[in-house]
Amino acid sequence: MNFAATLRIALLALRVNKMRSALTMLGIIIGVAAVIVMIAVGNGAQARVEEQIRSLGSNIIMVLNGSTTSSGARGGSGSQPTISEDDGYALNREIAEIQAAAPSLRGSGQVVAGNANWSTTLYGTTPEYLAVREWAVVEGRGFEQAEMNGAAKVALIGQTVATSLFGDSSPVDQVVRVNKVPLTVIGVLDRKGQNMMGQDQDDILLMPISTARKRVLGANRFSAGRSVGSIMVKVRDGVNMDEAEQQMRALLRQRHRLQPGQDDDFYVRNLSEILEAQEASSKVMTLLLAAVASVSLLVGGIGIMNIMLVSVTERTREIGLRMAVGARGRDILMQFLVEAVTLSLIGGAIGILLGAGGAYAVAELAGWRTELSTASIVLAAGFAGAVGVFFGYYPARKASRLLPIEALRYE
Amino acid sequence: MAEPLIRVEQLSKDYRMGSTVVPALQGVDLVIAAGEFVAVMGPSGSGKSTFMNLLGCLDHPSAGRYWLGGEEVSQLDGDALAQVRNRRLGFVFQHFNLLARTSALDNVGLPLLYSHATNEERLRLAAQRLAQVGLADRMDHHPAQLSGGQQQRVAIARALVNNPQLVLADEPTGALDSRTSVEIMALMQQLNREGITIVLVTHEHDVASFAGRIINFRDGRVIQDHANEAADAAAMLKS
Repeated sequence: MNFAATLRIALLALRVNKMRSALTMLGIIIGVAAVIVMIAVGNGAQARVEEQIRSLGSNIIMVLNGSTTSSGARGGSGSQPTISEDDGYALNREIAEIQAAAPSLRGSGQVVAGNANWSTTLYGTTPEYLAVREWAVVEGRGFEQAEMNGAAKVALIGQTVATSLFGDSSPVDQVVRVNKVPLTVIGVLDRKGQNMMGQDQDDILLMPISTARKRVLGANRFSAGRSVGSIMVKVRDGVNMDEAEQQMRALLRQRHRLQPGQDDDFYVRNLSEILEAQEASSKVMTLLLAAVASVSLLVGGIGIMNIMLVSVTERTREIGLRMAVGARGRDILMQFLVEAVTLSLIGGAIGILLGAGGAYAVAELAGWRTELSTASIVLAAGFAGAVGVFFGYYPARKASRLLPIEALRYE
Repeated sequence: MAEPLIRVEQLSKDYRMGSTVVPALQGVDLVIAAGEFVAVMGPSGSGKSTFMNLLGCLDHPSAGRYWLGGEEVSQLDGDALAQVRNRRLGFVFQHFNLLARTSALDNVGLPLLYSHATNEERLRLAAQRLAQVGLADRMDHHPAQLSGGQQQRVAIARALVNNPQLVLADEPTGALDSRTSVEIMALMQQLNREGITIVLVTHEHDVASFAGRIINFRDGRVIQDHANEAADAAAMLKS
C-alpha cells in the first residue's frame, strides 16, 4: 500500500467528520499559536535588550563620583566631585586594556536656533566619547584636538535635537545658542533610539569638555576645577572585564592617594554586565513562556488521542473489513497514524498562521515588541507533528491489533 | 485427480469462554474442487460460521490442516494470511460492509489499495467489475444512495476485483427481500458459470437450493454432504 493511498484514505476519513476534525485540530491550533506568540514576545524582549547593549556600546565601565567622609558624616554617592578629567586621561594612557576613556560633564539647557528652541541634555566631553559609545557622526565631522584645547564653540547634536531645531534642513554649520553661548554645529550623530530606561538617547548635544567647563555650564561644584561627572570607559574586546575593572580601581586609588583600608571615593559600574544579566533573564522568560505554551500543545495532543480512540472504536467494522480484504496490521497502523499526524499538521499550519497574526496583534495593540522567528515556526511545526505521532500511535496500534473476525462482528 | 481448491483435514476450532473450552468445530474433513458452488447450512451454533472464518483465513484453527490451492495456509502468520485474503479470496457479507460516504467505485477498489496495483489499475479494474454486476451507471453513488440489492452487488464486485480463486459469502441474502435475494443468487450462479468457486453460508433452504452441493453442519461436525439439482435463479426471475 503506497503512501499516497494512505494519505487519501486519511483525508477522506477526516472529511467525513468535519466538525469533529475541526474541534480536534482546535487544540493543536491554540497550542501552536500560543507557542509562536509567546516565543515572539520573548524574542522581542530579548532583541530589545540586545539593541540596548548595542546602543550603549559593548564592554562599557562607568566611573562615577563616590561618597566622601567629612568630619565623620558620610555623604551620599556623588555628593562630592572626586574624579577628575585627568583621571580619565590617565586611564586612557596607563591601562593597556582600555581602548578609550571619556570623562564628561553633564548638564541641561535650552538650545535656541533661530526662532526654534529645545531643552536638551548637554555633555561636555572628549573625542573618545564617540569611540566609547560606538557612535558615528552621520553628517559633518567630530571634534578635533585643537577644539578641545581651545574650548572652541562647536557642538555635535543628536537626531532628536537636529529635527526639533532644524526640521529637514541640514544643521551643519548652523549656529545654536546654548545658555546664550553661540555654538556652531559641526556634526550630527547617528540615531541610537531609547536606552533601557526609555530615555531618548538622541536628545543630546555634545561639546568639548573645556567649552562646557569654561563657557556653557558655568561654575557649579562639578564643573569647578578639573572635576567631571563621570568617566565612561570602553575595555578592549577579548579582555577580561573584571581584570580591567581591578586595574582601573587600583590606578584611581593611587591617583586619589587612598590608604589601604580606606574606602574607594569613586564608584565603578560595569554596565554591560547589568545588561547581560537582563538579557539572560529575558532568555529565561522566553523559555518559560514557551514551556507554558507547550502545555497547551500537549493538551491538544491528548485531545487528538481521545478522538482517535473514539474513531477507532467507531470504525471497528471498517477496520475488520479492511483486514478481511487484505490490510495487514501495519497498513491499519499507518492509516490511523497518518490521520492523527494529518490532523496535527493541518492544525499546526493553521496555528502558525494564527500565531503570526497573534504576534502582529500583540505588537499593534499592546505595543510590545514581538519578533517572529523561523526557528520558532519550525519548532512548533515539528512539535505538532511529533504530538500527532506520539498521541496517534496508541490508538493506531490498538486498531492494528484488532482481530479481523472480532472487528467484523463488532456492533 | 488434480489438487482440489480446498482440502481440510481434521480441522478443529475451540473457543475459550472464561475457564470452559467450547468446541466450535470438531475434526472436519472436506474437499471442494475448483468451480463448485457449495452451500453450507446448519442452525446457529452448528459451527458453519467458524468453518467459513477458517476457510476465509480470518482465523487460525486450533488443530488440523487446511490447503488452499495446494498451499498449506493453516500454518501461516497474520501478515501472510492477509496476503492470501488480498490475492486469492473474495468476501461477501450479510450487511454488505461497504464504507459509508465513499463512492461505489472506491468501495470496489478497496482491496487493490492493499495490493501492488497502481491507482489507474485500481480504478480501471473496479469500473470493470462494477459493470459486470450491472452497476456501470452507479459508480459515483455512495452506499446510502443505493438500494439493498445494489449495495450487495457493489460488495460482490468488491469480492471479485482481485480476481480471486474463491468467493466466500456469509448469508449474502440475509438482509434482502426475497425477490432481491433471487436476483443476487442469479448473479452468483452466473459468476459460478464463469468459473468462480463459491462457498456460501446460509440457513435458508431457498437460498441453498441454488447451489450445486449442500453441506450440513451440526454441533461442529459435518452431518450431511450431498449434491443438489440447482434451481435456476435467472429462470425463476423471468417467470
